[in-house]
Amino acid sequence: MAKFGMVIDTTKCVGCMDCVVACKTENNVPEGYNRAWIVEDVMGKFPEVSMEIRSERCNQCEEAPCVEVCPTGASHYSDIGDIVLIDHDECIGCKACIAACPYDARFIHPDGYADKCDFCYHRTSKGENPACADVCPTHSIHFGDLDDPDSEVSKLLKSRKYHVRIPEAGTKPKIFYLT
Amino acid sequence: MHELSITRQNPLIDPTLHIWSWQIPVYLFIGGLVAGMMIISGYFLLKGRTKEAKCACYQLPILGIIILSLGMLALFLDLEHKLYFWRLYTTFQVTSPMSWGAWILLLVYPALIMNLLLRVPDFLLKRFPKLGDISKRLNAHPATIRSVATVNIALGLMLGAYTGVLLSTLTGRPLWNSSILGFLFLASGLSSAAAFVHMIAKDAHEREILTKADNGFLTLELVIVAFFFIGLLTSSASHKAAAALLLTGPFAAVFWVFVIGFGMVIPLFIQLLAVRHKIKHTVIAPLMVLVGGILLRFVFVYAGQYSHWLIHAGLFK
Repeated sequence: MAKFGMVIDTTKCVGCMDCVVACKTENNVPEGYNRAWIVEDVMGKFPEVSMEIRSERCNQCEEAPCVEVCPTGASHYSDIGDIVLIDHDECIGCKACIAACPYDARFIHPDGYADKCDFCYHRTSKGENPACADVCPTHSIHFGDLDDPDSEVSKLLKSRKYHVRIPEAGTKPKIFYLT
Repeated sequence: MHELSITRQNPLIDPTLHIWSWQIPVYLFIGGLVAGMMIISGYFLLKGRTKEAKCACYQLPILGIIILSLGMLALFLDLEHKLYFWRLYTTFQVTSPMSWGAWILLLVYPALIMNLLLRVPDFLLKRFPKLGDISKRLNAHPATIRSVATVNIALGLMLGAYTGVLLSTLTGRPLWNSSILGFLFLASGLSSAAAFVHMIAKDAHEREILTKADNGFLTLELVIVAFFFIGLLTSSASHKAAAALLLTGPFAAVFWVFVIGFGMVIPLFIQLLAVRHKIKHTVIAPLMVLVGGILLRFVFVYAGQYSHWLIHAGLFK
């Protein structure tokens, strides 16, 4: 069983938003909505400041609250890679998943169902990279199987320092930010 | 200094999440109110108050069905993918309170209809005389009355508690991360129901019982609110920040003045005087309790959506 995860190198990310644009074109994300976005996290006061730029999206949590609260089972884990997917024909648009997500990754698609990043499942289930990882001009987005100790992502997590977003919520996110 | 800038735009989520509007608090209030009505009518049935001609328990099931249906309408209006609502009933998701709620609601209707059939209101009897025969047969067995009463009480407890549990399982909103919310909404539902039945009751003795009960429910509610804050204030920074939204933050005025003051403390004071026969029973205190009950749901639903794990980092300040 593969377990897909993403490792994003914040020391390389320049916040160019190529990932955001690639995501919108690849997945036909409607105007005004985003599956991926950029966060600029600034600490300190000028001139002593440090900044971390993060490309954020659904964290594909191992213990995803959105899956737990979904009343119809529309939100579920994928067969390949343990990704959180939404079955549009089962979603009733109750928005419990949006309220449950600590990362605000979800939104209601104008067609009525809940939507969010699915790690480009149409690509990754066939062994390809998500669109955002392929277009990143600084190669800061790495994608792969966390269960495979020889994968690029596993090796990066063994050799580098990293953090995850809001670990205290207990959701076990699968996107790791190298620092 | 810690500053987060997020470059994206998702309507309803940015700059602050606001996905649930009036429909959800209205439904949560109605769910609690009908739950309380079921418990009270079940209690009246068990106590044999049905023998009294003026017992409000005869109006409760029919009113419960009508009011609950209005709540279900509000719930339906909130859905974004309306034509798929039946998907709720092709599955049961054990970790989802919404799924529990959908099935509980499906059981509530037959329970209320059975309750209604025990004593059919006159206007229904005129149109459907057959109902009188069914009613006679049901009333022939005391065990049937007892079971209908017990089922109504049990489902009422489940319906009332689930409306609070629904919010408390939503991990992303620290204000709701308290299991005591189920008890708070149940107590509030009971209090609202006692106030509502007091308003429609024609019997002075019944009004007295309900006012006494409501005083108990209001006191219980105030205690639960205190426990709710103790829980949040001894938790993480995000939970403390969430509690501050109600205690001192943007929702403090409406919470303290209208929910706690006019919704609980003042009506409790008025009703305590009324049961001691210092003043007459009026509809003022029950009305205040009902409005307070609605506002409680509004404040919790709106402030909950405002609360966030990152709020202490200054994200929304």
